Amino acid sequence: MKVLRIDLKKCDGTQACMTECARALFKSEDVAFSSIVVVRENGKSVATLCDQCGECISVCPTQALYRSKIGTVMLKKDLCTGCFMCIGFCTKGAMLRVSKGLVPFKCISCGKCVDACPNGALSLEQVDHENLPA
Amino acid sequence: MTYDYTNRTCYAKAEEVAKMKLAHKVLKEASFTPSLPQRGYNERTLYINLSDLTVSEKPVTQQMKEIFIGGRGFGLWQLWQAVKPTTRWNDPENELIISPGPLAGNTQYPGSGKSIVVTLSPLTDIPIDSNVGGFFGPLLKFSGFDALEIQGKADRDVVIFIDGVEGKIQIEEAPQEPLDSHIAAEVFTHEYAKDEKDLQNVSVISAGSAADHTFIGCLNFSWYDVRRKAARLKQAGRGGTGTVFRDKRIKAIVVRGPRARADSNHPADLDLMAKTGIKLHKEIRDGDEKQCKMHKQGTAHLVEVMDAYDLLPVNNFQYGKHPETPKIASYEWEKRFTIGIPDGCWYGCSMSCCKGADEFKVLSGPYKGHLNTVDGPEYENAAGLGSNCGIFDKDWILESNFYCDVYGIDTISFGTLCAFVMECYERGILNKERTGGLELNFGNAEAQMELMHQMARGEGFGLIAGKGVARMKKHFVEKGWGDPELLADIGMEVKGLEFSQYMSKESLAQQGGFALANKGPQHDEAWLIFMDMVNNHIPTFEDKAEALHYFPLFRTWFGLNGLCKLPWNDIEPADNAKTSEPAKVPEHVQNYCDIYAGITGKELTKEGLILMSEAVYNFQRIFNIRMGKGRRQDDLPPYRAVGPVTREEYESRAERYDKQLKEKVGIDPEGKPLEEKMRLLRKHREDQYQKLVDAVYKRRGWTKEGVPTMETIKKFKLDFPEVLALVEPLLAKATYFE
Repeated sequence: MKVLRIDLKKCDGTQACMTECARALFKSEDVAFSSIVVVRENGKSVATLCDQCGECISVCPTQALYRSKIGTVMLKKDLCTGCFMCIGFCTKGAMLRVSKGLVPFKCISCGKCVDACPNGALSLEQVDHENLPA
Repeated sequence: MTYDYTNRTCYAKAEEVAKMKLAHKVLKEASFTPSLPQRGYNERTLYINLSDLTVSEKPVTQQMKEIFIGGRGFGLWQLWQAVKPTTRWNDPENELIISPGPLAGNTQYPGSGKSIVVTLSPLTDIPIDSNVGGFFGPLLKFSGFDALEIQGKADRDVVIFIDGVEGKIQIEEAPQEPLDSHIAAEVFTHEYAKDEKDLQNVSVISAGSAADHTFIGCLNFSWYDVRRKAARLKQAGRGGTGTVFRDKRIKAIVVRGPRARADSNHPADLDLMAKTGIKLHKEIRDGDEKQCKMHKQGTAHLVEVMDAYDLLPVNNFQYGKHPETPKIASYEWEKRFTIGIPDGCWYGCSMSCCKGADEFKVLSGPYKGHLNTVDGPEYENAAGLGSNCGIFDKDWILESNFYCDVYGIDTISFGTLCAFVMECYERGILNKERTGGLELNFGNAEAQMELMHQMARGEGFGLIAGKGVARMKKHFVEKGWGDPELLADIGMEVKGLEFSQYMSKESLAQQGGFALANKGPQHDEAWLIFMDMVNNHIPTFEDKAEALHYFPLFRTWFGLNGLCKLPWNDIEPADNAKTSEPAKVPEHVQNYCDIYAGITGKELTKEGLILMSEAVYNFQRIFNIRMGKGRRQDDLPPYRAVGPVTREEYESRAERYDKQLKEKVGIDPEGKPLEEKMRLLRKHREDQYQKLVDAVYKRRGWTKEGVPTMETIKKFKLDFPEVLALVEPLLAKATYFE
């Protein structure tokens, strides 16, 4: 599977990744709709990224969350009941929800943010997912 | 050892299910307009009369919402209007009401899928309210009804089908499906689901064959577990709801609703719901492993804790601990449960407490050799079916747990009545001749199971035992079996309901928690043992009375709104111990105020929450009085719940009791004969209990006889003409507190 990685030393916090992600996922210009979150704290960038670990799959009561054939953790919206347990149980804080949102959303490792980053801070890494929750 | 959670005996083969469905005959069909609740309410309930096959809708009035809120409140109000003081459980006018409550069905806050079943109990002759999980209540709401009210009796076995997608209600003759719940729930789920994806949108209520022959019948509410691919069961256990269900000739009630969504309740503020729920999910994620381990052990985590504090009932509540308890301790159950998959009985319940023991091979009876998933055992089952009957074998506890559920028997009442029978057997009050050959010694698990199978078959001593402890006591006395005083002391029931599984001897507050409970001695009203006995936080009568005011009312609120109690204090915020009132878990109380506002749009304070419950609680007390119970003489515990009845009990903890005589009674026990010490201790403890009752009644705004005063009645707008006609004569000659 492809997993998004960030080199925080290269990140200057411009949030171009977030803008692109929000456009890609929701056609929105509001960065609250981004599945990658990068903020500046004390002059340094801090990022919240999904590593496709699949812990959220284990807590989903309807099997709305699943691992795709290529290993990415995806959400079937029609099965989701909006319990948001996946948000609460994600130790990376990478499962997200926007105001009034009926379902959560997450990074699907599409790579649009990688292309959008002006500093080359983001990359997609190929990782084995054989032993991860499916 | 690992277990395959998908491996079980198949009861729903497609061709057989189709054949059974084909044999149905529609007796009545009615249509309705499906709706989703607005801010938690549909503003209507569904009424079905099985005698004349009436199906109609009733409006939810503003008064119902203001005074009775929902859930248990709606059930009590509808039952009040349906019955007379002379009505008994098996009269056609008795109703079975299932109401979830305005907050039920939200998918954000853990423990929000509850329904409350209300009916006149065959055990107590007063209203029983039984809180149950499973998907039925939420799916009923999302079909368009805030309650289901069933009156009358069918003349043959029927299935009631509520289709909340198509807007159709059918009453059908269903001759072929078995009664026992593990099969009935599976078969009916498949009969009424449109396709595999629809299975989670169907929930079944069923009882079982023993509900036909006993007064301790329970109801199973199903929820479809997508991973196990099985209809799992939660029970409305207490008070014989399943007995009433079968007396009405109901084989099953099936609801098919739309898929639940985040906003199915149309909440006033979904963001507040999500925020509050996610906060609790995180607390559970971070704290459960360190606190109660609910996700691994369910409520069975309590077994060894209760033993350590001498609170685990052993051999009919004689003792509080046993050397063999480690065999049924939480870590043993953890090895038997499947862990790591969601086990919430409604969406969003991250407590995940309803554990399943998969691939259990049934040991006895009609399903011997079948492989099944046993739902539980919960603490009550491990203690009631296990230690209280002297049984410390995990497999046999799973066996009795399995059969209680599938036969439609309340595990708590069965455990307590079986323990009583076993003590009677050990003391010679019963013998092999009187039990029809059953050797019911403590620890005889096979005899325990045979007693249960007899209940399912409707034969032998099982028929006598199945009527409950109160009727058994009467029966034994009539037969001249045993000393009536001893039977009264060791038969663990109040108002006709069997005790749940905690020792209350050393906690005066818990004695009140059990014996003052409206429905009978069930711990869901008040569980004060640790606060009282272990932590000594409520030392005075006034402190105890305040706790017996606050906690029963706080817990009543769950039943009004369709919530589970467990996420309140089986997980606590990390800093809870530093708050001024840790026993109340203040942050979580605020959560409840927040989710109430989040759904209904009405602001609620912590004080307002208690007042909501107080109205319904007082109404239930008045209802009890109307039915002939609910006064001081009905609030008396058997002495076994208060102190040591027998020499063995006293001697087993002689140091403790001698010390109490010296320090609390002011009598030097040195040199006194045992009988004298027992008599003095008993007098002291019974006096203490009466003083507690005075303090509690005063705090609750009742007279010394236990009747709510006119001031209390008016405060909660309960001064309906029928209420006044009932209480005015009683209040005219009542004794009031100063």
